[in-house]
Amino acid sequence: MTERTTSLEPVLAAREVLVFCGSGGVGKTSTAAAAALAAAVHVGGRVLVLTIDPAKRLADALGLEGIGNVERRVPDAVLRECGLHPRGELWAAMLDTKASWDDLVLRHAPDEETAYRILDNRLYANLTSRFVQSHDYIAMERLYDLHSTGKYDLIVVDTPPSRNALDFLDAPQRMAEFFGGRLLRTLTMPYRLGGRRGARLVNLASKPFYQVADRILGTQFLQDIAEFFLNFETMYAGFVTRAHAVERLLHDRRTGFVVVTTLEGAPLREAEFFCSELTARQFHLGAMVLNRVMPEWLLEPLVASAAARLAADADKVAAALAVHGDAALAEPARTARVLRTAAESFENFEVVAAREAEMRAELSRLPDVVATVPTFSDDVHDVDGLWRVAERLLAG
Amino acid sequence: MARPDAWGSAAADSLLDRRLLFVTGKGGVGKSTVTAAIALLAAEQGQRVLLVEVDAKGNLTNLFEHEPVGFEPEVVYPGVHAMQLSTEASLREYLRLNLKIPMIGRIGPLANVFDFVANAAPGVKEILTVGKVCWEVRESVEGRANWDLVVVDAAATGHVLAQLDAPRTIRELVHTGPIRNQTEWMIEILSDPRLTALNVVTAPEEMPVNETIDLVARAREETTVPLGAVIVNRVLPEPFTTEDEPVFAALEGDDAGRVLADEVGPGAEGVLDAARLAVALRRARVVHLNTVRDAVDLPLLYLPYLFVRDHGLRVTRMVADALGAELGL
Repeated sequence: MTERTTSLEPVLAAREVLVFCGSGGVGKTSTAAAAALAAAVHVGGRVLVLTIDPAKRLADALGLEGIGNVERRVPDAVLRECGLHPRGELWAAMLDTKASWDDLVLRHAPDEETAYRILDNRLYANLTSRFVQSHDYIAMERLYDLHSTGKYDLIVVDTPPSRNALDFLDAPQRMAEFFGGRLLRTLTMPYRLGGRRGARLVNLASKPFYQVADRILGTQFLQDIAEFFLNFETMYAGFVTRAHAVERLLHDRRTGFVVVTTLEGAPLREAEFFCSELTARQFHLGAMVLNRVMPEWLLEPLVASAAARLAADADKVAAALAVHGDAALAEPARTARVLRTAAESFENFEVVAAREAEMRAELSRLPDVVATVPTFSDDVHDVDGLWRVAERLLAG
Repeated sequence: MARPDAWGSAAADSLLDRRLLFVTGKGGVGKSTVTAAIALLAAEQGQRVLLVEVDAKGNLTNLFEHEPVGFEPEVVYPGVHAMQLSTEASLREYLRLNLKIPMIGRIGPLANVFDFVANAAPGVKEILTVGKVCWEVRESVEGRANWDLVVVDAAATGHVLAQLDAPRTIRELVHTGPIRNQTEWMIEILSDPRLTALNVVTAPEEMPVNETIDLVARAREETTVPLGAVIVNRVLPEPFTTEDEPVFAALEGDDAGRVLADEVGPGAEGVLDAARLAVALRRARVVHLNTVRDAVDLPLLYLPYLFVRDHGLRVTRMVADALGAELGL
């Protein structure tokens, strides 16, 4: 068995791309940003964090407010104010789904006229904003784009919230299949025969496929879709090549995956599933981060016994405290109530800490690096907060 | 700050007296647990409930200690049937019931049609989901099905509006044909405040609260779906009253520390640390509680953070009890 380590540092130093994934609400975005900060400060080089949907305060702290698809450098002054002396540069960018799709169309369309015919199509707006998988695809596409600029030594990317944390991995493949696929060809065939302008269903109406499709969707909708895809088709080649390139990057040795989870039942089960899927599909699992973990001292037997005795003997302890002359402790009944509440607080957290310890012990398939970040009382919303997390990610 | 007493009962009316409740929320806030608890609570009030799982994760029925269910509703708890939506099964049912297409099973390329429908045509996948839900509601309103209440564990905040608004999207995109004709009655059900409510589960943390505020605003702007209640889950108790605070401060002093160590052993400091952690966590979250209360003009229901081992029927029941108490039941 390989020895497990707790520091992300070797991963941050060795990879060019780190993809942070995990189920919703486990703190992916802030963990990814903290990892990027850790790399910029500790490892050096030019480090970019590409975030999908950061909390407003965090976006503000990174200087990302309202800038769309542009990368910004987090000023050294901001980092120095927090007592940090970075060896490298920290950059940040946010993903703007719509703008990224528009860029893609403008790049791949054969001419401007076709590009705008696509951009103005109402199906296009629907596809890019509502078609759930389009977010997954465009995030990976944007990652590829940024990586191929060669500007960054390390890109840390947060993944979009999706129904299934694996969706974004399949997105390039599915996109390629979709645009290059037989289905679209079948669907648009009658319109090819009818010519692009006067597109009309010809004599294929007797075939079951068209019969069903037509009866579900209506001729006119089918025709709208077909026209849209006939325009879109001019970009197929570029699209498919690109989707394959994105996929190659995700599979490359230089790309590592970091699975983030809390030690709660559902996210943890998903994280374990994710680890085994990544391995099975030959992606490179770099590390796991256990986030918002209860502090370990909650499991100290000495503390547990003190809490039990406080709860049982609160009145006696309160009486002993009363004789020591502190005015605030002069009323034993009130002191006893506070002591019981304190004991109860401990017992509450102890239950959670015990569950977490058990969950952790049961983890079976794990990457070689497992970092732990304790629960902090407040959300991570500024550089100080990120650094608190970063320190734990680096701790060996 | 106290909130008006009327809210509790108004929320009760809107929550359990409707026929169709959608429950959404950001990942990680306990959306499924709250959805299951609503179903359990309604069943205990004597309603016949259909609980619908939209995401294909298949773990909603864990919350009733029941194995995963399929497209056919199954009893998972007395008074609660559960089903898992499948777009393909919905499509087959729709074709069978509405289009009377003969020998649907023998049409080979149905899988192709399905792929196309699900992936290429915007809104169609969503309408198959929300359409099935609306269909169950219509059937029961018109007396052909037995549900008093349909509770849907809907998509997360990021995707739920596209799902709920699918009939209007389709109506906008499709000008004629059978699907368009189906959208009218769906929109009617989805827009009727006597029948339907979209409820949002949140937690007193920054992102869930921001997403909730954003979702409530967008739901009003972009859809016709009536909003129900905002359910704030995982609210930590305030450990100490104002009167208690100086007492706790005194306990943290050196003299008191020695007495405590003598009385209960060296672990006493750790117990005080735990109380400090409870206070700090509560304080950090109060800010977000206030934000959601100030920004959202919907009934707010509060559910406590549960210090429990893992989720299962016991926790679902605890959440249902807390919800019942909040609703004044």
